[in-house]
Amino acid sequence: MSLGRIPRWAWALVVVGLWVVVWALTKGTDTLALPGREHTDLHNELTGWRNDLIAGRDDNALMQFTGQIADAALKSVDWLQRMLSRPNYPRPVPEIGWLGLLGIIMWISHAVAGWKYAVLNGAIMFIAAVMGLWADTVDTLIVTLLAVICAVIIGMPIAVLIGTSDWANRIIGIVLDLMQTMPTFVYLIPVVLFFGTGAPAAIVATLIYALPPLIRVAGFGIRQVSPTAIEATDSMGQRAWQRLFKVQLPMARRTIIVGLNQTTLAALAMAVIASYVNGPGLGRPVVDALEIADVGRGLVPGAMLVLLAIMLDRTTTAASERSELLARSGGGNRRHRWGSLAVGLVAVGVMIQMSRVYSWAATYPSTGWSSDLADGINKVASWVFSTFGDLTGAFKDLVTYGLLNPMQSVLAESPWFVSGAAILLLALVVGGFRTTATTATVTAWTVLCLTGIWYLDLWHDAMISLNMVLVATLLTMILAVIFGVWMARRPRVDLMIRPLLDMGQTIPPFVYLVPVFYLFDQTRFTAIFAAIVYAAPVAIKLVADGVRGVPETTLEAGRSAGSTAWQEITKVQLPMASRSLVLAANQGLLYVLSMVVIGGMVGAGALGYDVVLGFSRFEEWGKGLAGGLSIVLLGIMLDRIFRAAAVTGSSTPVRRRTRRPARAEEESNDRVEPLAVTG
Amino acid sequence: MTTSDAEILVNQSSPGPDASGAAALSVRGLWKIFGPRADRIIGTPDADLSRADLKEKTGCVVGVKDVSFDVSPGEVFVVMGLSGSGKSTLVRCLTRLIEPTAGEVELGGMDVTSANAAGLRDLRRNQVSMVFQHFGLLPHRQVIDNIAYGLEIRGVGKKERRAKAAEVVDLVGLTGYGSSYPDQLSGGMQQRVGLARALAGDPSMMLFDEPFSALDPLIRRDMQNEVIRLQAELKKTMVFITHDLQEALKLGDRILIMRDGEIVQIGTPDEVVGAPADDYVRDFTSDVPRSHVLTLKWVMRDPRPGDSSEGPVMTSDTIVRAAAQAALASDHPVRVIDDGKLVGIVDDDAILRVVVAEESA
Ligand SMILES: Nc1ncnc2c1ncn2[C@@H]1O[C@H](COP(=O)(O)OP(=O)(O)O)[C@@H](O)[C@H]1O
Ligand SMILES: [Mg+2]
Repeated sequence: MSLGRIPRWAWALVVVGLWVVVWALTKGTDTLALPGREHTDLHNELTGWRNDLIAGRDDNALMQFTGQIADAALKSVDWLQRMLSRPNYPRPVPEIGWLGLLGIIMWISHAVAGWKYAVLNGAIMFIAAVMGLWADTVDTLIVTLLAVICAVIIGMPIAVLIGTSDWANRIIGIVLDLMQTMPTFVYLIPVVLFFGTGAPAAIVATLIYALPPLIRVAGFGIRQVSPTAIEATDSMGQRAWQRLFKVQLPMARRTIIVGLNQTTLAALAMAVIASYVNGPGLGRPVVDALEIADVGRGLVPGAMLVLLAIMLDRTTTAASERSELLARSGGGNRRHRWGSLAVGLVAVGVMIQMSRVYSWAATYPSTGWSSDLADGINKVASWVFSTFGDLTGAFKDLVTYGLLNPMQSVLAESPWFVSGAAILLLALVVGGFRTTATTATVTAWTVLCLTGIWYLDLWHDAMISLNMVLVATLLTMILAVIFGVWMARRPRVDLMIRPLLDMGQTIPPFVYLVPVFYLFDQTRFTAIFAAIVYAAPVAIKLVADGVRGVPETTLEAGRSAGSTAWQEITKVQLPMASRSLVLAANQGLLYVLSMVVIGGMVGAGALGYDVVLGFSRFEEWGKGLAGGLSIVLLGIMLDRIFRAAAVTGSSTPVRRRTRRPARAEEESNDRVEPLAVTG
Repeated sequence: MTTSDAEILVNQSSPGPDASGAAALSVRGLWKIFGPRADRIIGTPDADLSRADLKEKTGCVVGVKDVSFDVSPGEVFVVMGLSGSGKSTLVRCLTRLIEPTAGEVELGGMDVTSANAAGLRDLRRNQVSMVFQHFGLLPHRQVIDNIAYGLEIRGVGKKERRAKAAEVVDLVGLTGYGSSYPDQLSGGMQQRVGLARALAGDPSMMLFDEPFSALDPLIRRDMQNEVIRLQAELKKTMVFITHDLQEALKLGDRILIMRDGEIVQIGTPDEVVGAPADDYVRDFTSDVPRSHVLTLKWVMRDPRPGDSSEGPVMTSDTIVRAAAQAALASDHPVRVIDDGKLVGIVDDDAILRVVVAEESA
């Protein structure tokens, strides 16, 4: 096509220019705005449908089934709580007090990961006790543990299916993609409908969120198992189950454990969100603090969550390495090991008994340290606020007035058909027009999603949310390019920044929402800033890895031709890393999307607000569902456009692979699937 | 080649297709075509197309094309061809690791192609074992448990299978390495494990798919000698895949040469070198030191009335190189006598032609 001559960005400018002109002439008409608490017929119908469903739950097999599951979940959580964290009436304390559980946790850590981890985990749990967060911490562990157990029970068979059947791999892959583009909050709406609120809903929501990493990573690991080993053992006449349990699973063991580790961390990351459906745990104090903008009281339990993440992450990793080591050494001094474990067991027994007898060992005496710490943090926060408030305020205003508001008025104040048409055109410019196939795909997906959003009667809100997503993604990408290139060009910088990024990724998103909220108040900017903080680590890493992947020889060729550093970056490194850039934008976008919903609760409004209201007030349920679906549609649309852009963006055509099961070995390395985890 | 290699060649008898007993392996009209609806191609004119043309026309790739041969008990049968000629596919079709598209395979009297899952499993467990180019060991198991794997899946108890595996460990020269893990061993040692694993079930037939191609030349030679030693000791029937003619000549009682999935020639080593079926085989064999392979049969001429009757006497299957010294030392031409009957005369220059030709090559 003749489009090839003119660069894509020029076309984009043309479209935007036209759009602005039309907007100037028509603004404010046909925007389909729907004020705060108003509903349309569709929303009322949805609410009515839900009410009918709940009213008729005794005759509905599905509702009965989910009700039974919820019951079972509730009973298990309740039992565990009475054992470990909450008073077991008539006892004023749980059956096993903090000292006993501390002993149990240390003993398990020692058994699976070694004494260092017993010390680390003991210290972390002790902090929980001292800080007066014991009950909430244990509740979080209970919910996380139950969700992870369910994830393994459900996830492993699916992973095996993925790992052993091409057909299943393709189908399930599509479902997982969809699950991972869906912001967590959106799950909550149907979850609340089918599982009620409280611990069962928390476990189910956590489970849904935590399941994909395990399925993906474990399935990938099973697929990766050397085909020669499978063929060789097949040639000896093994049965299918022998192949699975003696060859495939053991050989994929390490990858499966990586998946388990990711799933555990994902489950923990849901802790705060789960408290929005009244789930027990550390999320509650975080959310409570968020509501009254108390940085200190939000950060203390938030930090506890981070400590728990560190504990679970390190311990599972160490446990997998250690079990390998033990297997290898043939359990050298097995007697010594069992001996020390037995002694430990006796000590744990004593600790449990003490925690049942002495009240100081049952509940840790209140110290007030938590409160002191929170006040201290608040002092620092207010100092920061008074010192840098002007600066952050200026930055906020710059983004708000310079970017957010103008874009929002064009997007949301244009008539809906104008915005819709402009979005479609931009989608085509970004993702389509290279081949008829991509043009058709992009058109189909965009039209489908926009129609859906229009049908759901939340067009105006959707445009506002879309605007926030775009602005946050843009800013994220600017950060990603700057830091990514810097890291790729300076190994020392990489060494310094990467651990920070890793840490940023283990912190549950809500935790840093607290200080951001304090700094920027209830505005759209808070959500955008939090979204950037949340999305930047992934995007930066992807860009850094992509830029570093540019072959040294290419760079040398450029240097020998006398190119400057700037030329090298802009003319060689970035263009050659364009695939990674697009991938980073895509991943960043999904992260941002999920955070923008969360931002709905801190003043960002729009779709996020609709959703939050939907699962907290039953008369708003229908609108909330519509809001959730609109978010999903936005996500799918943006994801598809970016995927198309990723294909057209790469200069080398993607080579088609023919599947050759017996000799796929050489190809396996370059097929690492992206492991998207979005909040 | 060293002298010891030459001796091995000289000492080899070549049984050829054993007319007396039943074949250990019999392959009839075997086809494998990769691709959708491959079974519809056989029997149509498309089946006669060349591999490239067929791929162009139908998208299917011919792996094995109408292959038939017999292997007699105790024979070492080598399949040779360039990479991509279909050797691996052929050998996998024998135990249906790859499902053949058409044809019959009979193994130890059992019809493999029509066997059900249980029969096939039984065949793989008890009768045939295989050694692979990339070893295919289980990295999470000790050497001894790798070797015992075949016994384990048959349900043999742990003590018994470990005892059996320990015997095989010694047999293949892995003594002392039983409790190592595969990644702690060198490539050559790993392939010894592969060999031991194949031997542990005491199969009557062993299949080798380029087992030594991934090894260094020196280690490769050790391993080849190992196979020759084991063969002398255990008398297994072997189908041995290689792309290395030296290896084929050294190990094979007979050699099957493949190209594009088809048989080009089947013959004993000296037949393949002495009478290549076409340019493809000639090309293959042009670098071979012919005096190491050719027997007097290939250089003798018919007796003529005036021939001297005082030259040394040899049989027609004597290797040229082994005959050379005695023949050249004598003033008279060699008389080739089989079963008391004079079948030919070998002049000095006939021998020189073979030896000199290869030195100037
Ligand atoms: N699973 C498969 N699907 C399609 N083509 C295959 C497959 N396996 C092998 N082939 C093709 O069959 C031919 C023979 O391969 P192979 O038996 O591996 O040859 P060799 O072992 O002699 O190198 C090759 O052209 C190869 O590309
Ligand atoms: Mg091969």
